[in-house]
Amino acid sequence: MWERLIEEAPRFFGYYNLVFLGKAALATVALSALGCIIGIVLGSLVALLRLTTRLPLAPLRWIAALYTEIFRRVPFLVTLMLVFFAFQLSKVDLPMFWVAAVSVTLIASAFLAEIVRAGFESVHRNQWDAAAAMNFGLLDTVRYVVLPQAWRIILPPAFGFFVLFIKDTALASQIGVIELTFAGKVLNNKGFSAVLVFGTILVAYFLVSWPLSRLGKHLEQRLASPRHQRP
Amino acid sequence: MPRLVINGLEARYGSLKVLDGIDLDVASGDVVGLIGPSGSGKSTILRTLVGLTPPAAGSVEIDGEHIDYAKPGDVRRLRDRLAIVFQQYNLFQNMTVLQNVMIAPTKIKKRAAAEVREEAVRLLAKVGLADKLDRYPDELSGGQQQRVAIARALALRPEILLLDEVTAALDPELVSEVLDTIRVLAREGMTMLIVSHEMGFIREVSKEVVFMDAGRVVERGTPAKIFDAPEEARTRDFVSKILRH
Amino acid sequence: MLDYTFQFGQIVPYLPRLLDGAVVALELAVLSFCGGLLLGTVGAALLTFAGGVVRRIIGWYVSFFTNTPQLVQIYFLYFALPDMGIVLSSFTAVLLGMTLNAGAYLTEIQRAGFESRRQSEMEAAEVLGFSRVQQIRYVILPHVARVLFPPLSNHFILMTLGTSMAAVFGVEELTGQALNINSVTFRSLEIFSVTALLYIAVTLVASALLAVIGTTVFRARMRMF
Ligand SMILES: Nc1ncnc2c1ncn2[C@@H]1O[C@H](COP(=O)(O)OP(=O)(O)OP(=O)(O)O)[C@@H](O)[C@H]1O
Ligand SMILES: [Mg+2]
Repeated sequence: MWERLIEEAPRFFGYYNLVFLGKAALATVALSALGCIIGIVLGSLVALLRLTTRLPLAPLRWIAALYTEIFRRVPFLVTLMLVFFAFQLSKVDLPMFWVAAVSVTLIASAFLAEIVRAGFESVHRNQWDAAAAMNFGLLDTVRYVVLPQAWRIILPPAFGFFVLFIKDTALASQIGVIELTFAGKVLNNKGFSAVLVFGTILVAYFLVSWPLSRLGKHLEQRLASPRHQRP
Repeated sequence: MPRLVINGLEARYGSLKVLDGIDLDVASGDVVGLIGPSGSGKSTILRTLVGLTPPAAGSVEIDGEHIDYAKPGDVRRLRDRLAIVFQQYNLFQNMTVLQNVMIAPTKIKKRAAAEVREEAVRLLAKVGLADKLDRYPDELSGGQQQRVAIARALALRPEILLLDEVTAALDPELVSEVLDTIRVLAREGMTMLIVSHEMGFIREVSKEVVFMDAGRVVERGTPAKIFDAPEEARTRDFVSKILRH
Repeated sequence: MLDYTFQFGQIVPYLPRLLDGAVVALELAVLSFCGGLLLGTVGAALLTFAGGVVRRIIGWYVSFFTNTPQLVQIYFLYFALPDMGIVLSSFTAVLLGMTLNAGAYLTEIQRAGFESRRQSEMEAAEVLGFSRVQQIRYVILPHVARVLFPPLSNHFILMTLGTSMAAVFGVEELTGQALNINSVTFRSLEIFSVTALLYIAVTLVASALLAVIGTTVFRARMRMF
């Protein structure tokens, strides 16, 4: 086995393959980043909806709650299949990358909505009371009072979710998105040995994910330390 | 003519009935003192008045206008006229002292920032905090935070001011400062409902004193009557205990 | 726009197969969770009590498995190990991959729990005259269990969802069955929405059970929604 690896390695790590892998790694990160950036916006909206109290908005509140419950309980692969077939049947010709991005967004929005909600809930009741008594509406309360206090609670787990999802996007390879895992399958099909190919893919994921997760931990500690309490 | 009229007000936390038919009125320009043992529902009355705890029954009228707490529009108009100073101050932790006082007038009432700033600085000077404008709440003592909360409420230019235990955390010399502030406010025609355990303060500043216990008004009258010649045994008991302290 | 008539009738005959798949999914989840819990407990204990080299090795293990996708880990086990003379069935490869992966995450979760045993509780126990064993039995274990139960439950639910990637290797669990049925009936949206509903149902029941066990047995603070 070792002879084969040593024999293959120079060819495998050739310029073309490295560029191919680099682009694939970029797609992997972009997929998760895009989904999470749109997801935090939509998720915040969902969390906000769940905070409303007016009666006419009750159906929306209900939908928002249902959404967060449902999409946190469906595997990424199944969501991916649903989105994939929905686009296929509606004859919208969307590149596979975007099909996967929509799927990531759907799931990320649900998880991030819960993270945002937990952040909102971490702000003391009396802050909400004071704002309400001074005639702040929900949006003003969140904008001026709650978010400035909650973002430090929200950011670390939201970033953590983003890093976590980088690995889940490996499943996008199943619908043909050219990301790291798919790149691995392509190179494996070209005849490179599985040990070399998937070993390299694992290392590539590690090189992407590890620094980001370290950054996340650093972020968490930094935001939690009292010296940085000020906005 | 009474400005604030409360009739048969009831409120509950879950199954616990905290207010059990409160009747109360505050005439225009008057100061009414609300006293009673801990847990009797004093804070709850104020919270219910500003619409933070929904009333279970009863009616509230301001200048003859009935307030329907189920209607957001009614509550919004009500909160334009009422300001509350909370027992726990409830200052915004993410804002400096000055920002705390300025935020609602500028962002919610949309008044010009320069004018609001001038007024905020004046109000903060009035409560003795001219040198703390850029501090954050967690850098202040309890008494200082309490005074910021008073300034913040005044900056709203309310018609009726609800004060919950405002002197509880103050140094003796500051009590008189706050007292002066409140006296001036009363003279300017500010209608106030004041909750306090400081009987001396209540006695001095109130036109009328209301004693409540277990969610009901037990007795009401002039400070002289409540403190010197209470009719109800429960009042006598409470007053004698608290004055002996 | 989606112009599509849902025909759930066509997939009704296949429901039993989906349910079979759900059972396989749960089997995978339970087996790999138990294996992972074992690995994680040993890992966390070693991280807390062992010396430098061992700790560093455990640290690498955790970093590696938590920073690479489970899917690619299983690819490696399934496609690369044969090159080294180790041939695994697809089910074994998936189970092994999920177990190793779970071991890494559960090591991390449990280490945090171990570290949270409160000094004050230990001191209180010492004052009461508890022996070391009694301290562990009556003070530390119940506390650690209470702290750990919610995140462990949470991870179990995530793992149940994670079993769906076994389909990629042809394991006939829930998603695998859905793919099979899809290739026969082509009622994709119906099949995958029913599959999604089954995942929701399975995890809801699991969450509810875990919440009941957590609050009654371990006095953990848990909420379902
Ligand atoms: N958020 C709440 N949930 C449940 N019960 C509450 C809540 N707030 C207050 N209560 C209960 O309502 C009753 C009245 O409380 P309230 O705060 O109005 O009393 P108070 O007269 O202001 O007391 P104090 O003088 O101690 O401030 C008490 O029995 C209290 O335990
Ligand atoms: Mg009170």
